[in-house]
Amino acid sequence: MKKEPIIHVKNVSKSYPIAGKEFMALKQIDLSLNEGEFAGIVGPSGSGKTTLLNILGSLDKPTQGDAFVLNKDIKALSHNEAASLRNYHIGFIFQVFNLLPVYTVFENVEFALLLQNNSAKERREAVMRALNWVGLTDHADKRPDKLSGGESQRVAIARAMVKAPKIVLADEPTANLDSENAHEILKTMKKLNQELGTTFLFSTHDEKVMGYLDRIIHLRDGKIEKDEKNKL
Amino acid sequence: MKLELKLAFRNLFGSRLRTLLNVLVLSFSFVIIILLNSIMDGWNQQAQKDSIEWEFGNGHLINEKFDPLDPYTILDGHDKIPEENIGLTPILERQASIYPQGRMMSVVLKGISSEQEILKLPTKILKESKEEFPVIIGKRLAESAKLNKGDRVQVRWRDSKGTYDANTLSITEVFDSNVPNIDNGKIWIDINKLWGMTNLENEASYFVVDGKFKNPELSSWNFKSQFALLKNLKDLINQKKTAQSVVYGLLLAIALLAIFDTQILSIFRRQKEIGTYIALGMTRLRVVRLFTIEGSVYSVLALIVGSIYGVPFFIYMSETGFPIPPADQKMGIALAEVIYPVYGLKLILMTVLTVIISATIVSYLPARKIAKLNPVLALKGKKQ
Repeated sequence: MKKEPIIHVKNVSKSYPIAGKEFMALKQIDLSLNEGEFAGIVGPSGSGKTTLLNILGSLDKPTQGDAFVLNKDIKALSHNEAASLRNYHIGFIFQVFNLLPVYTVFENVEFALLLQNNSAKERREAVMRALNWVGLTDHADKRPDKLSGGESQRVAIARAMVKAPKIVLADEPTANLDSENAHEILKTMKKLNQELGTTFLFSTHDEKVMGYLDRIIHLRDGKIEKDEKNKL
Repeated sequence: MKLELKLAFRNLFGSRLRTLLNVLVLSFSFVIIILLNSIMDGWNQQAQKDSIEWEFGNGHLINEKFDPLDPYTILDGHDKIPEENIGLTPILERQASIYPQGRMMSVVLKGISSEQEILKLPTKILKESKEEFPVIIGKRLAESAKLNKGDRVQVRWRDSKGTYDANTLSITEVFDSNVPNIDNGKIWIDINKLWGMTNLENEASYFVVDGKFKNPELSSWNFKSQFALLKNLKDLINQKKTAQSVVYGLLLAIALLAIFDTQILSIFRRQKEIGTYIALGMTRLRVVRLFTIEGSVYSVLALIVGSIYGVPFFIYMSETGFPIPPADQKMGIALAEVIYPVYGLKLILMTVLTVIISATIVSYLPARKIAKLNPVLALKGKKQ
């Protein structure tokens, strides 16, 4: 029996008004991702990578076409349904980490679970498990401003993974990291992908990232130029 | 709601200095509002108590021709004391002139039974005195006429037929009362003496009534209850309270403006944070609620901080009181040298509710903008 794709994008276009003109960020994109894939959308700045991730993360809606994530039509989701999808099934990792500055590492990671109304014991166990994955259990009480860039991104990974989501969307996760930290982060994500079966979709133009990807989707000027298995 | 509350506390405790400043400003307003109101309430209670004890008793039964606020009615505003006079302490008013140190001053001679106990006036001294015309006066008249206890002063009055007469009064006591109405220009004399001086035997301008008075329908006498007599005083204090509410309204407005500004600034500066909340699965409505609750929590923290330094201050004030400058005591209303604040439950609850509700409203107004934010732009921290 053929497995249902976890992400299915069909003929998706997205346009924005810029200086009174419509700018086409995405042009008739077709894409499918299966569960457990470790894939990346690769392309130069302005190619539409982040726009596509935002649509798949239900933060934005396509202007045309259909995007299905976990069989849910992104276009048809209400605010609350989209929030619920993000809260339970989608983890985000951002380029600039986006950690909540006044929270400790523990509280940052705990946040998603708070929204799910888990008990304090469940939350504690899950947060410590997630921090253990990224090797930051001894930093639980620190604030983000006391962490290095690599540590901050690892907290962001723990935050994305703590709720055991089906999909993690990582927008240029290594762009603000040095080479050593970038490799560490990517190894961590690869390990989580293999151990937990979580689907990872990156947007990147970083050569280092490409080495870790199983599948590379090349995007240029809002169009998929090439979609290939990584031979590296 | 519980989660938003928890997060709001977390956010506020996290942003230490900003929270501290807002909380301090708001707590100061909270303490000042309670203090100003409690002083007004203290004044109200003290003024009512003094007025009842020194002037009003349980009410006045006033001759229909006599108007206490119109000196022209003193001449004819009197009548025979009714036969049924249980619970009535008669007071007869007559106009007179005194000549302290060669000056002439218009005064009102007020005849009262030296054995009365309904008013706090020290009238027993009048009975005990060996002087021919012993009188008591209040400290205000004593000061304006430069008279002291033991002094003598010439007095001239007219009897019932209009004939002038004169004699010498002996100041046997200068009493200290907070009620200017029984003091300024008033000389208290035994009513029997005044009846003799004026040929108005057994007549009174009005009566102070006590608990035994049953308020029968007495022709030519009108009854004014204690409540009715206190009305002017209450109206005056309420008017002062209203005027004062402008002051604490301004104070509260400044504190609320600080919260409003913080909220506006927060929504601009915390765009990335708002975007992150939404990306992590918070609905926009919940983010609006979170920011609104943050504003309300300022007021809750302000109440706690205000209580920490306010309660000892309130206790200290209730023990030492609030001194009233001598100039203010000459305003013509019952005003003690020291006013002791009264902290009523209603006052505290009203103040707490006012502060919390107004802080919530000023927090909600800017927070509504969050509902319209584009989360994609917010995540990038772009100003919207």
